[in-house]
Amino acid sequence: MKQRSLFDIISPVMTGPSSSHTAGAVRLGLMVRNIYGEVPKKITFKLYNSFASTGKGHGSEKGLMAGILGCSVDSDKIKNIFQTQEAKNIEYNFEYEQNLDRHPNAVDFSLSGCFNMQISGNSIGAGNIEITKIDDFTTKISGEFNTLLLFYKDKPGMISKVSTYIQNENINIASLECDRNAKGETASMCICLDGEIPLSIIKNIENLDDVYFVRNIRKLEG
Amino acid sequence: MEYAFNTFEKLINLTEKRNKQIYELMQEKEALDFEISVNDVRNKTKKIITAMKEAVTRGLKSREKSFSGLSGDDCAKLIERYKNSKSVFGKLFEKILCYSVATMEENLRMNTIAACPTAGSCGIVPAIIIALSEEFNLTEEEEINALITAGAIGYIISSKIAMAGAVAGCQAECGVAAAMASGAAVQIMKGNIEQTINAAALTLKNVLGLTCDPVAGLVEIPCIKRNAFMAVEAIVAAELSLAGVNSVIPPDEIVDALVQTGQLMSPLLKETSNGGLAATKTGLRITSELRKKEEL
Repeated sequence: MKQRSLFDIISPVMTGPSSSHTAGAVRLGLMVRNIYGEVPKKITFKLYNSFASTGKGHGSEKGLMAGILGCSVDSDKIKNIFQTQEAKNIEYNFEYEQNLDRHPNAVDFSLSGCFNMQISGNSIGAGNIEITKIDDFTTKISGEFNTLLLFYKDKPGMISKVSTYIQNENINIASLECDRNAKGETASMCICLDGEIPLSIIKNIENLDDVYFVRNIRKLEG
Repeated sequence: MEYAFNTFEKLINLTEKRNKQIYELMQEKEALDFEISVNDVRNKTKKIITAMKEAVTRGLKSREKSFSGLSGDDCAKLIERYKNSKSVFGKLFEKILCYSVATMEENLRMNTIAACPTAGSCGIVPAIIIALSEEFNLTEEEEINALITAGAIGYIISSKIAMAGAVAGCQAECGVAAAMASGAAVQIMKGNIEQTINAAALTLKNVLGLTCDPVAGLVEIPCIKRNAFMAVEAIVAAELSLAGVNSVIPPDEIVDALVQTGQLMSPLLKETSNGGLAATKTGLRITSELRKKEEL
């Protein structure tokens, strides 16, 4: 349950015109950038439903790209983001689909560069977002917490090992979500934490056998 | 120490019990909930006020159209009118209209604004606080007190309903913004705590059923002009309240009525742009013209 804040009401200071369709788009882009870990060489954005039909007028596409390039929701670069050199350095395109099985403001990101990755997320209102899928794994990342994400070979004892590292640093776990392709195949772990994640934890987890991918996804500010 | 509140009744009780103003309780609660200092809360609020003022300043000078080409020069028209003639209610009234429209036009130009509580209702609270601040020479601290008071009103309403047109129509956006602004106006005019909350109550009663039916799904028609209307409504509520005209229905019950009204409203009228103004002949024509323009 999100702790409500005075600043949910009198802010954010943001680039207009819509908290869900502009600020939410920027924050989705920022989150995808954090998960991918770098600026991708190539990206396809697929916008669904309301994002697809009213996104242009709301600057949703600009917002998504600005987030990928690391702009905050109040950046004055958002408006002309496609004219910037950083945007021109990326090979990008936009697709649109009406699909009532998806959230009204859903976006799929197909990223490539050093590696390929598919990320899906929704802009759920008032600038809040959720990352719902990374590759084939269901996730629950809101950007509200620092989040540790790992992919590993499904086997007994992994949750215990990882949580021990976290416990040793005296960090509280706010939520934990696991998913897997099938028994013994690739699995995902998504741990939301109160407080900062020290580099040592990431290093320790990276060094565990059968861990393929680790990301420290910092919470979104503002 | 008791500090939490999520109803107007509880807030009023706490102000009496602890002999504090609304803004004092709100800033204290925020500081305790998020483990920051009251000073941090006030500094963050000050930055928001600065952003609001910058948006007004830029907006007053601009005639830039929105991407849709539908709007962007309404504020310029108001300024032009007041160059040569007086408004019905005088200088302060002119400022309230201009500042609310200036802020909304900055929003649709994709420039920086403060969502308060939402981007589509971003013109109302700043118009009241900034215009009244200029008129009555408020200090920076008084401006901060006013915005935190407005925030407290929105905070309480948001404990029962999400601030989104998709949830409860424009009641929950411009309606709430006007309630917040009316409370801020009473605070600025040195009304008491009951009058502050009562002004919010009077405002909310007058926005029940307000639809969210923007043409082509854009935050332009009727949102820009509505911000000007609602800013004035906030002043009507503040004046009534300062004169001792009370809402017969208590504020928390009005919020319940707003929630119920939101639930009863057809989805066609809640930010889907499938009903109301959006579905008028002209609304549909504009929508189809824009779709063609976007495909180019």
